[in-house]
Amino acid sequence: MIMDITIISEVSNDSLHPVTAQMVGAASSIGGPVSVICPGGFGSVEAAKIAGVSKVISIEGDCFDSYDSMAWSGAIEPFIEGDLVLTSSSTLGREISSAIAAKKGFPVVQDITSLDDGISVTRSIFSGKAIEELEVSVPCVLSIRANSFQPADVGGEAEISTVNVSQQVSVAVKEALAKAGERLDVAEADIVISGGRGMGNPSNFSHLYELADEIGAAVGASRAAVDTWEEIPHSMQVGQTGKTVTPNLYIAVGISGAIQHLAGMRSSKYILAINKDPEAPIFGIADYGIVATWEESIPALKEHLSAIMSD
Amino acid sequence: MGVAVLLKQVPDTTAKISVSGSRVDESAITKWSISPYDEYALESAIALKESGVDELVAITCGPQRASKCLTEAASVGADRLIHILTDADFMDSCTLQSILSSAIQRSGCDIVLCGKQAADTNSGSTGPGVASLLGYSCVGSVTEISMDGSKISATRLGNTGLEKIEVGGPCVFTFDKGEVELRRPNVRGIMMAKKKPIESIGIEELGIEIGSPKTSLKSHVSPPEKPPGQKFEGAGSIEIVVSKLRDEANVI
Ligand SMILES: Cc1cc2nc3c(=O)[nH]c(=O)nc-3n(C[C@H](O)[C@H](O)[C@H](O)COP(=O)(O)OP(=O)(O)OC[C@H]3O[C@@H](n4cnc5c(N)ncnc54)[C@H](O)[C@@H]3O)c2cc1C
Ligand SMILES: Nc1ncnc2c1ncn2[C@@H]1O[C@H](COP(=O)(O)O)[C@@H](O)[C@H]1O
Repeated sequence: MIMDITIISEVSNDSLHPVTAQMVGAASSIGGPVSVICPGGFGSVEAAKIAGVSKVISIEGDCFDSYDSMAWSGAIEPFIEGDLVLTSSSTLGREISSAIAAKKGFPVVQDITSLDDGISVTRSIFSGKAIEELEVSVPCVLSIRANSFQPADVGGEAEISTVNVSQQVSVAVKEALAKAGERLDVAEADIVISGGRGMGNPSNFSHLYELADEIGAAVGASRAAVDTWEEIPHSMQVGQTGKTVTPNLYIAVGISGAIQHLAGMRSSKYILAINKDPEAPIFGIADYGIVATWEESIPALKEHLSAIMSD
Repeated sequence: MGVAVLLKQVPDTTAKISVSGSRVDESAITKWSISPYDEYALESAIALKESGVDELVAITCGPQRASKCLTEAASVGADRLIHILTDADFMDSCTLQSILSSAIQRSGCDIVLCGKQAADTNSGSTGPGVASLLGYSCVGSVTEISMDGSKISATRLGNTGLEKIEVGGPCVFTFDKGEVELRRPNVRGIMMAKKKPIESIGIEELGIEIGSPKTSLKSHVSPPEKPPGQKFEGAGSIEIVVSKLRDEANVI
């Protein structure tokens, strides 16, 4: 089936998020031509270099200075062509995809992990306790889960057109309370290291930060850690009432493995658990379990991981 | 001014989900609860009511059993309960959102609080979708909300971090887990709630046009069984595990 596909790019820290190339990969597998919209203009040069992209539309305007999902989707919607729209399933991607779908009268399906001609998709429900297979009629909007699709290669030379929009903003930002961490966000990283109450006190998280910096990972936490220690922000919480993460490797340190924690990380490709209690439930879903304290394990892990990664 | 809160009844998060005959087996679910983020939306709606909102309307769409969410909401302070009754086991985003939008219009509320994501669908489509349909503003991932005259301020996790925002007109707020303590109903609240009438409305009574479904459910399946994990004793095993991460799992 050939159809025009529009992708709304995902940006992190002003550059293109890797999920954008994964969206192009997913799109190219079922149709094309593929155009990429870059809200606010961020990442348009990088997007044009993805193989399989035929056109990049860089949308600029004051409305992109702060975040208002209705204003953003209103600015983006007129530039959408074709019958299939893809976004990433980040929080922002989900909001933009739903708003655009509702404006156009299209159905929206979030966080898909596979996509076939037709269109049929699969996605996980009940926090990973089941998977649903859906058939979606075209036209539609889909958001895709990071690390679920093969990325398209670099090597494209798409033309970039820049448009200027003006859009009414109704959400006024009064004050920035805490900047998004300089650190990588758990929902975006390929490797996530999370600490739980077993870390003993919040200052011990510095050991996790050091290890994370060494290997380019993000640091997460259990709810017990977030609730007990003010120093550990809610943005780090992984689980049912925190973030859902799907990294290639999830390292759980001093986390017992309560069902609500598992809800947020069970779909990780590989899970490594470090816990001093051999009976901890986390070992039930870990691919690799190490029965030891973090005090002994983290230094050894740092040593061996950095040795391997610098090879 | 009225505030509407959207509550969805979902299997309790501790419930075991089993699949039988390509559908999740609902009869095996013993406990149903208000979806966790919706509890934060409800708590915040009560706080808004305490700071001067005229009426708090709780809305749910679902089968008969879902009326329990509304009674629970009444026991902590909801004034009016609207139940859109349906036995549909699956609804596409277009259908659900037009039903909920119509129920919100019926309630007369121009402030709407809901969950960021339901614990069964894990979607996060409903809040922004309903806002689009109603022409309201939308603020996502809210952890705190307060009212000052006609303006509402909220703390949200925006794309650049935690922010304090302000909105004037009609708006949908989708809630994340906040710092607030969820209140428990007292005995008097529970007694009063039992007597509170629920407006049960069939979808056909809403007077909206529902097109043919644009998404259909083919099947539910259980997640693939993971091969049993490998367990090692002591920190001395870390060198082996790290080499397995590279050679077996290929993740580093
Ligand atoms: C509605 C609801 C929603 C929830 N949402 C979430 C959520 O989103 N995310 C979440 O995480 N939880 C959530 N919870 C809470 C959850 O039930 C657990 O309470 C929480 O996950 C426990 O955190 P923990 O594993 O860090 O702490 P604990 O359960 O206290 O476990 C600490 C672990 O550390 C180990 N340990 C201790 N010392 C050491 C050491 N020196 N070295 C190595 N290991 C050590 C212990 O053996 C133990 O297994 C939710 C609960 C409810 C009711
Ligand atoms: N059937 C429903 N009845 C009432 N509220 C709902 C329903 N479905 C979704 N919602 C609301 O929308 C939120 C997000 O749902 P979802 O888009 O399915 O993730 C939920 O947390 C509820 O607040």
